[in-house]
Formats: sequence, structure tokens, C-alpha cells
Amino acid sequence: MIELTDTTSSKIAAEFVRSRVRAGSPAMGMVMTLIIVTPEDDAVQAMEAARRASREHPSRVLGVILGDGRGASEVNAQVGSGAGWGGETALIRLKGEVVKHAESVILPLLLPDSPVAIWWPTSPPPNPAADPLGALAKRRITDSASVTRGKSVAMLAQCETYAPGDTDLSWTRLTPWRALLAAALDQHPLKVTGAAVTAERISPSADLLVAWLADRLKVKVQRHNSSGPGITGVSMDTKQGPISISRADGRLASFSSPNRPDRPVALKRREVPALLSEELRRLDEDDTYAATARRLVRLSKQAAKS
Amino acid sequence: MSTASSTDGNPLRDPLDRRLPRIAGPCGMVLFGVTGDLSRKKVMPAIYDLANRGMLPPGFSLVGFARRDWADQDFAQIVHDSVKEHARTPFREEVWDQLSEGFRFVPGDFDDDHAFEQLRRTVEELDELRGTGGNMAFYLAIPPAFFGTVVGQLEEHGLADGGEDTWRRVVVEKPFGHDLESARELNDVLAGVFEPDEIFRIDHYLGKETVQNILAMRFANNMFEPIWNANYVDHVQITMAEDIGIGGRAGYYDGIGAARDVIQNHLLQLLALVAMEEPIAFDADSLRTEKQKVLASAELPGRLDLTTARGQYAPGWQGGEKVIGFLEEEGIKKTSATETFAAITVNVETRRWSGVPFYLRTGKRLGRRVTEVAIVFKRAPHLPFSSTATEELTQNALVIRVQPDEGMTMRFGSKVPGTAMEIRDVNMDFAYGGSFTEASAEAYERLILDVLLGDPPLFPQHEEVEQSWRLLDPVIKHWERKGRPDSYESGTWGPASADAMLARDGRTWRRP
Repeated sequence: MIELTDTTSSKIAAEFVRSRVRAGSPAMGMVMTLIIVTPEDDAVQAMEAARRASREHPSRVLGVILGDGRGASEVNAQVGSGAGWGGETALIRLKGEVVKHAESVILPLLLPDSPVAIWWPTSPPPNPAADPLGALAKRRITDSASVTRGKSVAMLAQCETYAPGDTDLSWTRLTPWRALLAAALDQHPLKVTGAAVTAERISPSADLLVAWLADRLKVKVQRHNSSGPGITGVSMDTKQGPISISRADGRLASFSSPNRPDRPVALKRREVPALLSEELRRLDEDDTYAATARRLVRLSKQAAKS
Repeated sequence: MSTASSTDGNPLRDPLDRRLPRIAGPCGMVLFGVTGDLSRKKVMPAIYDLANRGMLPPGFSLVGFARRDWADQDFAQIVHDSVKEHARTPFREEVWDQLSEGFRFVPGDFDDDHAFEQLRRTVEELDELRGTGGNMAFYLAIPPAFFGTVVGQLEEHGLADGGEDTWRRVVVEKPFGHDLESARELNDVLAGVFEPDEIFRIDHYLGKETVQNILAMRFANNMFEPIWNANYVDHVQITMAEDIGIGGRAGYYDGIGAARDVIQNHLLQLLALVAMEEPIAFDADSLRTEKQKVLASAELPGRLDLTTARGQYAPGWQGGEKVIGFLEEEGIKKTSATETFAAITVNVETRRWSGVPFYLRTGKRLGRRVTEVAIVFKRAPHLPFSSTATEELTQNALVIRVQPDEGMTMRFGSKVPGTAMEIRDVNMDFAYGGSFTEASAEAYERLILDVLLGDPPLFPQHEEVEQSWRLLDPVIKHWERKGRPDSYESGTWGPASADAMLARDGRTWRRP
């Protein structure tokens, strides 16, 4: 890592080139730029997650720490490549007036002609697409479950301000559940007459799962509470009996379906780097998430009316 | 072929929803040849990795069959050890527990009727207990000589047909015979019992990921296609080099040799992928059609003595380690004429490739482990520089690296910085990311999953196997008449005769 204090975008860019040459690799197959907007406290963890994701998606990772907005502007950066990174990385700390103009620091550092993704590991802006940094990216990743207070409200806010390219890690966490549920209906092509989701009292993922099931199955989906962790069970009612998946320990689930013996199946809660890797695999709009987000907003309006 | 699962009309499936992986329907697998290297190093770890990634159906069961006096627990222990040692993803107790509940072992010989009766009962019992739904894949990780017996036994004991709405599939590994005739016999044996789309032929060197990478590179881009022909390409070199010797595989390797082991399947498949025309669609059938066409138009040159080379590794130093020669390996006769290095020339007689030789080489105990396809281009027709300026400029090349470190390298000339005009070769590298991540599946995982999903394989069907033997048989017959292979020192890039073979055409091998 090279420390640059009181620096500029062009000096950071020049350092990228120098560190590449030092690493003996004048060209790298980087596929995108990933911007991470993080508070100082979470920066280490977020950069580590990005480092692990960079093995699948070699990228230029720009960590941005927005500091205190008062006083004279100051830009400090740590620049590097190699050391376990599949690309290049800079952790940029902003202080003073420049905090309000962070996009002016980031824009010159975006890789030419390749996509830009942005990730808020904690506390996302209420409208990511309208955020000045968010507007630089075509993929915007938030994590409503990481908000300290009002996770469900944050989830709903993300859905209300949905713009193409947005996704939330609460949605990513659902992929294994959704895969298993879809596989269940592959095996039992039966009409589903009702469904229920059981989860911790507050769980953005569970909210999305309810919305997804309601949207796809066109049935009313019940929401039950349990002590977790996360989602603990989903059941779908059919004429021949219920198809259900229950997971009490966050690792191993039991799958039961009509006229078949109960079977165990691994359904582990995944770590953030794995979630981030999955997100970065698709850089276009996630249509299914869009439909689910719309449905979640509609469901919450209906609930508010009644 | 009927499958128990159908994705039609499933409201939870949406073509736009590309996150959802496909999980195989209820099924199990019977593994013949449990104690072999292939089973322990590849198949078992791949099954665990699939389970760990949640790609196997709930209740997936694995039945081992071998001539060992074992109980289910002993078999589970073997799998456990192999998973601990070779699996790609971390070992997780809860995944192991649910997977190992479905392990069964049936002891017996391949001609033992009682054992196959017991196998049938075991399979039926798994349907009851674990809900495998009558769907079974039979993985024959055994020498081809036993295929006939095992497949016959499967049919005789009613294991080859599971009844209405179920599937039975059979998986075989290369080599697919040892010449054209034996390949046909082998096919007759398999085709007598299973339908063509129930037979999965595996070339474990050539993963589906590699095939798709090559196809994407060739057919998703516009910048390569215009120069992908005899007007611009001088020749093509396809190399698969191993740094190891034959290890403990003397019994298998002696009498087979490098050409049958690697060129017949792997290198000729790579040739087909690189040389074929654009398929009309990206599906298994269209792909197969194009591969068959190009293999059918491949021919050997007239003089095999001038256009082929073979060798045997002699003692030497490989990568800082002192190693013994092929003839000193345990289980190899001092007089063995089996080649451990083989190089052949193939001409593809089409308008696109006429006059462009394809040089194929493979060997053991070579400089390093590498598989690559190098497209070497013609020199620029005119160089407006002095001859001293371009002294160190060779031909442009595009190299498709298959392994390790899958990717692409482009070699072109560039000016050396400084006041003098001097042009030298430089390399530009692209690496497919994700080669170490949990997310990117290893070849065997893709393959086993394809078998369980019933995806039409991208792997060769019988016609392609026949075509490749048609090419290779004359070479092997020629070598048989010509005495012993040349020897080459371990850790080098093969015998001098291989260099001479290219020198006759005024070319040299790349150092990969």
C-alpha cells in the first residue's frame, strides 16, 4: 500500500500505473470499477469483502470514506494492487468541503469503457440512483439489513425509490431459498393455493420473500414470527398437501413434500463476500427484483389501508 | 427420454430471473470403481462440492459398488477421506451429515448376480427412504474392458429401466476404445442398453466452462472472425503438457500411450472447437453438427514419417526434482514401446483452413503443466522498417490458455522505448477471473450436474469419437511398424524428432 496524503485524483491514477508496473504487470484484465461508500468504522471489513469478491471480479475498487464536511478540503488515499487483490484498490478519505463533491474525485478514476458498480455496506442513501456517487454507477447495491434502526422501513424505502440497476443484499440472501422453492414446484407441478413465510420479527429478506411469492403465485402469503435466525420456514399449500422447507439453525433445512419422505438439505446463510460476488455477476437490471419491489410497495399500501 | 421434473408452467420460474440455479430433481448415483483414483480425487469431491453449494436435490444418494468386503460406514469413510483431501469448498459438518445419510455400499464382482440383485434392492429402498424417485445415474469409473459386463448386468437385473416417469443414465470416461474397431464395439455395448441421450461420455480434461469460453471468444466478438482463416493464420499449435510421469498408472498407461490417451479425445476436441464454423445456435445439437463436420474434413498428411513424432521420457530433472525414466517406472517392461510424447500434423481440408497445418502435441514429464491452443499468424506482408529493427519480431500469435490460469494471451510487436527503432514481441494477457472462487464450478461439478439435470452434454457423441479414431488409427499403425519411440530427457519439451518435424516446415514449437 502506498500512502498519498493531501492528494488529487490524477496523482491517485498515476500511482495505479506505477504500482502496476512495480507488480510486473503492465496490463490487467479488470472488468469494472467498484465504488464502496463506507463509514470509517466499517471500512476494513468492507474492503476485505471486496478483496474476496475481486478474485471472481477483478476490478478497480475505490473505497470512499466521507469524513467531516467542515473545514478545508483534504483528500488522502491509500493506493495498491496485488497482495490478494484481483485488481487495484484505493481507499480514499475525504474531509472538509470536498465531501460534498465526492463525485469529482471519483469520476476521473473510473476505468474507461467498463461498467461501474457502487455498494453501500451500511446506511444506504434513501434514493441511491439520485445520490451523486450513485449516479455514476449502473449497478447500485444496498443492504437494508445492515441499517441499525428501522430495517423494514429502509427496505421499503429502497423499493419505493427503485431504479433499474438497484438491488439489495436482502434479496441476494434469498437466492438459495428461492432456488429450492422453485425446484420444489419443478418436482411437484401443483397449483399453490396459499403460502406462508416464518422469520424473525424484523427481516427485510422475509418481506421480499413474501412479496416475491405473492407476485409469482398470485396468492395471499401469510407472515409469521419466530426467533430466527433469519428466515426459519416457508410453506406452500397444494391440494395434495403442503410443501414446506424449515430451517431452525441457519444451516440445515428439512424439505417435506406430499407423498415423499422428509429430506435434509444444506441451506446455509452466506457471508457478505459471497453475496457481493453474486451481485457483481449481473450488471444489468434484475427484472425479478423490480417486480418484487413493486409488489412489496403495493402490499404495504394495502396493509396500511386495512 | 422422460424426466420427472418439468419447468413448464412453474410460476416460480421466470426466464428473466437469471439468479436461480437449476437444482437437479430427485435422484441418486451408483458409482462403479469406488477405489480408483478418478473416484477418490474427482467424482467424490465434486459430489460434496455440489452438495455444499446446494445444487444437489434433497435426499441425493450415492451407492458404491466394488469388490471389497465393506459395510456402508466403510464406504462413507473412504468418501469422507477423499472429500477432506480433495474437495474445493470448505468441509462443513452439516452438509456432510445430510449427504452421508444417503451413502450405501454393495460388495461384489461385476459378474456376480447376487450383488446386482442387492444393488437393485438398494436402489428401490432408496426410492422409498430417501425419495430418489427412481432416477439413477450409473457412473462407470472402471476400465472399459468391464463396461460390457456391467451394462449387461444392469439390463439383466432391471436396473437400466426405472419405469414410467423416471430416468436412468450411464456415464463413461475416456478412453472411448483404443482404436476405431474397439470404439465401435464399446458403442454397440452401450447403445444396446441405453439411448444415445442417456449416454454421457466424459473428457475430464475439457470442462464445459472451457468449451463455452472458446465459443464465446470466437462467436461473440467481431474482431477475431475476419482473421480466423488461411489468409491470415500461418499454423495452429495445440499443446497439452504434463509435468508428472505416469505415476501409479502403469497398468492403464502401458500399451495405451499419449496419442490414445490425450490426442484422440482432448486435442482433437480442442481442434474441432477452434476450427469449426459458427453453429446455427448455441445448443448441443448444432454444436455437435459443426464439430462433426470439421472432424470429418480433417486429414493426415501423406508422409507420416515426416509429420509425426513420438518419444519416451528418460531420467532427468523436472522442476528441481530428480525423476526416473519411463522404462524404470514400476510395472513397465524394459522393452515397452509405449509413447509418452506424441505429436501429429493434421490438415483441415476446408476453404477456411486449407494450407494451415494444425500441430498437435502432448507429453508427460515435459517442462511444465500447460494446455493451450496457439493461433500463429503470418508475418505482415511488408515491413517498412530496416531488417535490424525487426530482428527480434516474430509472428503475431493469439494463445487460448486452457489451463492452468485459463485465459488468453496476445503476442504482437511493439517498439522498444528509446531513440533507436527496434521492434520486439510483447505479450498481453487476459485471465478469466474466478478460477479460485467457490462460485466457479470445477469441470467435474458441471459435468455431474449436467448428468443429473439431463442437459444434453457438450461432450462428444459417438460419431465424433469415430472420426477421431479414423484420424489416429493410421498414425498408431505407422508407429507400431517403426520400432521404438525416441527418448527425451525429463523436464524438457520433448524429443529432437518433434523439433525436426516442425523444422521441415520451417517452423518451431512455441515454448508454452
